[in-house]
Amino acid sequence: MNLLVQLTYLSQIIGGLLILGGMPARRTAIIATLIAFVSAFIVFAGYDRMTGGYQFLAALPLVPDWDLKFSIGVDGLSSTLLLLTSIVGLAAIMVSPTVEEGENRYYACILLIAAGAAGAFASLDLFFFYAFHELALIPTFLMIGIWGTGNRQSAAWKITIYLSIGSIILLVGLIGLYLLPPSPQRTFDIVKLQQLASSGVFSGSGSKSIYLLLLLGFGILVSLFPFHTWAPQAYASAPVPVAMLHAGVLKKFGLYGLLRVALPLMPEAARHWAWLLLILVAGNILYVGLATIAQKQLDLTLGYSSVMHMGYVFLGIATYNVIGLNGAALLMLAHGLSIAALFAMCGELRKQTGTLNYLDLGGLATNMPTLSFVFGLATFASIGLPGFANFASELLVFFGAFKTSTPGSAFNEFQIVGTIALWGVVISAVYMLRAYRAIFMGEPQARWQGVRDIPAKIRWAVVLLVAALLVVGLAPRTVLDAVEPGIRLFVK
Amino acid sequence: MNFSPWIVLFSPFAAVIITALVTQKLRKLSSYISVAAVAISFIFSLAIFFGPDGSEGFNWIDLGTFRIEIGYLINDLTKLMLLVVAGVGFLIHVYSIGYMGEDRGRARYFSGLSLFMFSMLGIVLANNFIMMFIFWELVGVSSYILIGHWFDRDAPPAAGNKAFLANRIGDFGFMLGILLIWSASGTVTFEQLAQRWPALGPSPGFMTGAALLVFCGAIGKSAQFPLHVWLPDAMEGPTPVSALIHAATMVAAGVFMLARTFFLFQSSPMALTLILWIGLITSLLAALMATQQDDIKRVLAYSTLSQLGLMVAAMGLSNPQAGIFHLFTHASFKALLFLGAGSVIHRLHHEQNIWRMGGLQKKMPITFWTFLVGTLALIACPPFAGFWSKDEILASAGANIPAFLAIAIVTFLTAFYMSRLFVVAFLGHPRSDHASHAHESPLVMTAPLVILSIAACIAGFPFIASAFIKLPELEGSPIGSMVISIIAFLAGATSGFYLYKGKDKDPIDVPLFEYRFYIDEFYNSLIKWTQDLLANVSGFVDRWIIDGGMVRGLSGITWGFGFALRFLQIGNLQAYAFLFGAGVVLLLYYILFGTK
Repeated sequence: MNLLVQLTYLSQIIGGLLILGGMPARRTAIIATLIAFVSAFIVFAGYDRMTGGYQFLAALPLVPDWDLKFSIGVDGLSSTLLLLTSIVGLAAIMVSPTVEEGENRYYACILLIAAGAAGAFASLDLFFFYAFHELALIPTFLMIGIWGTGNRQSAAWKITIYLSIGSIILLVGLIGLYLLPPSPQRTFDIVKLQQLASSGVFSGSGSKSIYLLLLLGFGILVSLFPFHTWAPQAYASAPVPVAMLHAGVLKKFGLYGLLRVALPLMPEAARHWAWLLLILVAGNILYVGLATIAQKQLDLTLGYSSVMHMGYVFLGIATYNVIGLNGAALLMLAHGLSIAALFAMCGELRKQTGTLNYLDLGGLATNMPTLSFVFGLATFASIGLPGFANFASELLVFFGAFKTSTPGSAFNEFQIVGTIALWGVVISAVYMLRAYRAIFMGEPQARWQGVRDIPAKIRWAVVLLVAALLVVGLAPRTVLDAVEPGIRLFVK
Repeated sequence: MNFSPWIVLFSPFAAVIITALVTQKLRKLSSYISVAAVAISFIFSLAIFFGPDGSEGFNWIDLGTFRIEIGYLINDLTKLMLLVVAGVGFLIHVYSIGYMGEDRGRARYFSGLSLFMFSMLGIVLANNFIMMFIFWELVGVSSYILIGHWFDRDAPPAAGNKAFLANRIGDFGFMLGILLIWSASGTVTFEQLAQRWPALGPSPGFMTGAALLVFCGAIGKSAQFPLHVWLPDAMEGPTPVSALIHAATMVAAGVFMLARTFFLFQSSPMALTLILWIGLITSLLAALMATQQDDIKRVLAYSTLSQLGLMVAAMGLSNPQAGIFHLFTHASFKALLFLGAGSVIHRLHHEQNIWRMGGLQKKMPITFWTFLVGTLALIACPPFAGFWSKDEILASAGANIPAFLAIAIVTFLTAFYMSRLFVVAFLGHPRSDHASHAHESPLVMTAPLVILSIAACIAGFPFIASAFIKLPELEGSPIGSMVISIIAFLAGATSGFYLYKGKDKDPIDVPLFEYRFYIDEFYNSLIKWTQDLLANVSGFVDRWIIDGGMVRGLSGITWGFGFALRFLQIGNLQAYAFLFGAGVVLLLYYILFGTK
């Protein structure tokens, strides 16, 4: 049984190594991601929701003196994110193109990114939780620098510098966290740390500064305002599968870290810094949202929108109640699926037309009926329409923000930001519908007579993503019933 | 367990799934599936009409202390609305088979119609605010899809966007209101709220504010001033869509919602006054605009705005039953008018300008006579349906003299612009080639016209209406309001008739009305100077200040790194990434050992 969780990342690491060793790239990669997908699905479906807690546990002690183990296991939240990783990983491999030079390295890098993300979500040990994420970041930087488009060198440098600084801040914070309890109790074991938290070792004055380090470190990785400007440019320049995997999955690492480590261990510090997070959230939603409206091409619009939507997850985290946190968790999944689908189709548009500029495009729906239909569905998901998972999650985030009030009193800071976030829903409709109309609608143009509808391999990838959004959107309890018990454990 | 409501709701949903995914290539089959689905909904709506009241549901989201339910609430209001929505919906589906017969996107069109039926029936059945909001949003989506049906032109997609955004702005307020109501009362279920809300303690200001925010939803959906601008543009959609969605049902959802949640407003005189005047202003402005439009669908669109304003005003006059009564009669005669207009447009090769029509009495007799019935019903000619329901609203204005006057003026204007429309479009001599060669539409289109015109004749008679709706006993004698109503109608109809009889162009020219009081122009510049300006400033700041400043600052820090790397002549990314990983491990190692 325990092998299943391991397979979600091991199959891709092994696949990556085999490809580097000369196995046929695309076929091997698809098999590796399919194995990961099936095992992640079995883990998600097999996770016992009645029992709750961490399941599928396995551990290999490495440095007993520091209580450092290679420790694996999942609860509802991490099994959901493993499922997200494996779906997006499979879709990313499916849409990967034929690469003329270095195809094996290309596919191996993508597999490593997916493996790193899955490993981080499956780790129950602070050290490997961090190390797996780093494992995923390095091929991300490489791929943007080598196979990116446009101004790829500058984009690669920017994301490298930003995320490295974020990682270092995070590392300092995690080490501080490790050192906070008295010496005999120190451990890297996340489960043990969570048990320690109830004894109050993380509530001292040191915890506030450590929480701030974690918030900033994780925050930079998730493009928290004002540390977000790396994201749009990096996603615009990145190869399509990398944009899908980073925006869809890897970016969720920071949010996952807050939910898994920072919040359960240091609830007081989290409440102490809520005001700061709220201000930044307002920036993420309102300011970045407005900046998104100003964008003139699809890849930047999507990049900015992905930054903006992180604001809603952060808002759910800031509320620190069961409703808001469940909303945040569900939105991580929903956003990951929808942005991956949008980037996949954006890549196909660029490939066929050579431009993503709204002024150049127009009337493509006539020649691309299927693409425009699925793109429309993904657009609806992204602007939070009912039926898609995004709606259910944003709804919970809003209710979480309004849960914090005394009935009938004036607005508190959560409700002010909640109201801004609600207006953000109007903003996202403005830019997404504008983009959709500019690209697909209007009179067919002579210059785009040659474009063809979406090819089969990309079609199945995006249909997979959109179908997942619909299933979870229509029946959100498939995910929430698994996530909720874990969250209730640390929110009283 | 009562299955009927679920069948009513999910039968069109099944049609959406089948037509969108399976039969998209089979245009005829798709339309029949869609029609069959709405027929099933209608039959089960009838069963519900004669069945018991009740409420039932299941948890869509369950977080222990917080649950969201998908469930139905059946009472008199639900029963009536189900019949209106499914009944009118069924007739318009049938009519669409003829109207959209040759359309390339016929299958897509019927998927959209089924999605709309699903969403609209969901609003009607919903037993709580969240479920209503879910379907409320879906109605907006289906409206967006159907307005933009002819996506390969420029105007329809633009109109679809405008409709969607206006609705979203209204829904912003709606959702905020729901959140406030929930945070104060702890429930979103209508039945529980109706009990708890009057007894709640928060300040009257809070309660009025929350209620008015909910009303914002109705302003958007029912196209009330100041969010009315999307409805005339929505006429870019196919005409049956205008009839079903933008006249008979979807735009009535706002009125329905006010009736459903009337307990929120009941206790707040301030909220009621505001609602009354929003309704009356919309009604008056729209009636004035209607007098100067040349497009047959636009005249009808403004008249829809105007009539919706009257329904909303009825809510403000604390007489929700009168508003619902007018909704009920209006659904029949306005659907009839739009379908009649569609019949003319269809036969005149998509000509919509009334000055290029004329002389249709002999050529299209069924359309002519049924349109006449619809017109008489709309202008409140006794004893047609509109007369009774409008009089109910006028009578409830009673002692409120300004409101009474406003409604009387609207009655006059309605009679005026509708007789103008009828005289110019149908009477006189043909004013274009297409008009002189017109023929009557096929049976599949004329049959719904005939059925709807029967409804428009008889639906208002008190002894018939009382089978569907409980009308409140009005204080005092209704004779006074009836007399005023008839005078206003006669004055409007005769002046319209004689002014436009035999004319080839409009003898009156009021640019202010023709250009809709320049409200659209005002909004365009408002958006330009607020949203677009802010967006561009944010975009600029992000690019040149935050990105420029931050990144330059950061790269200043790392400049030393870069310099060292360049010195080592390995300044490429791989090396950097490798060194970074190695550095992290070293740092970790150092810190751990340093503290031991």
